[in-house]
Amino acid sequence: MLSLIGIVIVVVGFMARLNPLLVVTVAALVTGVAGGLGPVEVVETFGKAFKENRYVSVVWVVLPVIGLLERAGLQERAKTLIGAIQAATVGRLLLLYFILRQATSALGLTSLGGHAQMVRPLIAPMAEAAAETHYGAVPDETRQTIRAHTAAADNIALFFGEDIFIAIASILLIKGFLEQNGIIVEPLQLSIWAIPTAFCALAIHGTRLMLLDRQLAKTLAAGR
Amino acid sequence: MSGLLPIGLEVLYVIAGAFFAAISILSARDASNPKRWKNTAFWGLFAASFLFGSHLPDLINGLVVIAMVLVAGFGGLGQGAPATSSPEERRESAARLGNKLFLPALAIPATALAGTFAFKRPELAGIVDPKQATLVSLILGVFVALAIAMPMLRARLVTPLQEGRRLLDTVGWAAVLPQMLAALGAVFAAAGVGTAIGHLASTWLPDGSQLAAVCAYTFGMAIFTMIMGNAFAAFPVMTAGIGLPLIVLQFGGDPAIMGAIGMLSGFCGTLMTPMAANFNIVPAALLELKDRNGVIKAQVPTALLLLLANTALMYVLVFRF
Repeated sequence: MLSLIGIVIVVVGFMARLNPLLVVTVAALVTGVAGGLGPVEVVETFGKAFKENRYVSVVWVVLPVIGLLERAGLQERAKTLIGAIQAATVGRLLLLYFILRQATSALGLTSLGGHAQMVRPLIAPMAEAAAETHYGAVPDETRQTIRAHTAAADNIALFFGEDIFIAIASILLIKGFLEQNGIIVEPLQLSIWAIPTAFCALAIHGTRLMLLDRQLAKTLAAGR
Repeated sequence: MSGLLPIGLEVLYVIAGAFFAAISILSARDASNPKRWKNTAFWGLFAASFLFGSHLPDLINGLVVIAMVLVAGFGGLGQGAPATSSPEERRESAARLGNKLFLPALAIPATALAGTFAFKRPELAGIVDPKQATLVSLILGVFVALAIAMPMLRARLVTPLQEGRRLLDTVGWAAVLPQMLAALGAVFAAAGVGTAIGHLASTWLPDGSQLAAVCAYTFGMAIFTMIMGNAFAAFPVMTAGIGLPLIVLQFGGDPAIMGAIGMLSGFCGTLMTPMAANFNIVPAALLELKDRNGVIKAQVPTALLLLLANTALMYVLVFRF
């Protein structure tokens, strides 16, 4: 039970808005000691785990090319493209992206989106342009809300699309776990039962995006 | 270390290490950043972890991490000011280049996609580690995109590195948080945190009703995922503690439906926690949001409604098939 102290440290540290790197490190070291490891062993365990998870940070290698294209006006071009389409609103644009992202994720094509490669250079400027086309200058606070929604659309579409694909990590994890407990299921059986939730996600988030359009119309039209 | 082929994580680590080393050196030369030596030290240590981590004793690896945290944990990192284009220059360049600009941007996902399939074909076996085909293809896509963009923009070699530094500085220490949390998860697992929570959950088990069992499982998955930052860590614990013994064994529910919808309930938790840093905290930094939790706030209503939907779906479906 003492090992749960790490969770307490994480929750309190995040709520107190301390630097998360510091919070996570202290939580890891304290948890290790509480779990019966010696001080050297704890540092070794944490170092080994950090080393073995380096693949998580490899994606930052995309930044130079994204930055280079931004320097050459990629975001501006994305804005021009969407700004020319009168029918484009923030909600409709994000719903279209949501559907494309969810459908491609369901086919296992999860690498087609992503925050560094797709959302920051393309989707976020497009969404801002859609708002500017209809309402002119957008106040900073609203701009922040729009940007947050572009990242949210990417996440939600990915999470509730990818499980329809039979060879995704989560499906394989479920299959493996059940197998260890003597229950044999086929990946297809699992992915089929991800479909009802996928439609619920589309319906719920799609409705919210349409409501976002209404809310933007209210706040931005009033401010004009 | 094995040879260069098949291309796997070790090669990617050298590429990423070289990138972070360049960031460190460029940061050291940027006098406009008041904290430039902190940036230099932080990215230099990170580069060392990538370049030499596989060959260093784990104690040294651990001390490198702790040093990074001490550098960034108090007062954070600074932001450099690499030379970039002005808004007017960007508008002018965008008008001149037109849709050609999308070509390198779309080359990244296109290469990632094509490579993922191609490297799994028997003719190409042995070139790329099949387990890492997607990540290798993504990084290959970066080089394809650079090969298209560099001549098109007549860019100097250092320009993409400086522009990369501009973006990495906006993300700052948050760039390392996802990896750090993954490491924390491993320490939690080694210390038996999962089993401790499993015990805790099973002592509060609701008895009797099917609905109570389903609610305990779906909400438990979401809450435990919020704590661990990862539905994959929560799934085995919650399913062994609640899902299997109650929903499947006691009430005869279908294990496939329980597993599928249980995992998706965990994903609702992922949308609501700063612990899932790569989905929630990193994009907030990349999009330069003032509120670190801005993305989470945009997601919470959908996540809660979807958690209710998952609970209803499981209750309706799991005992009928």
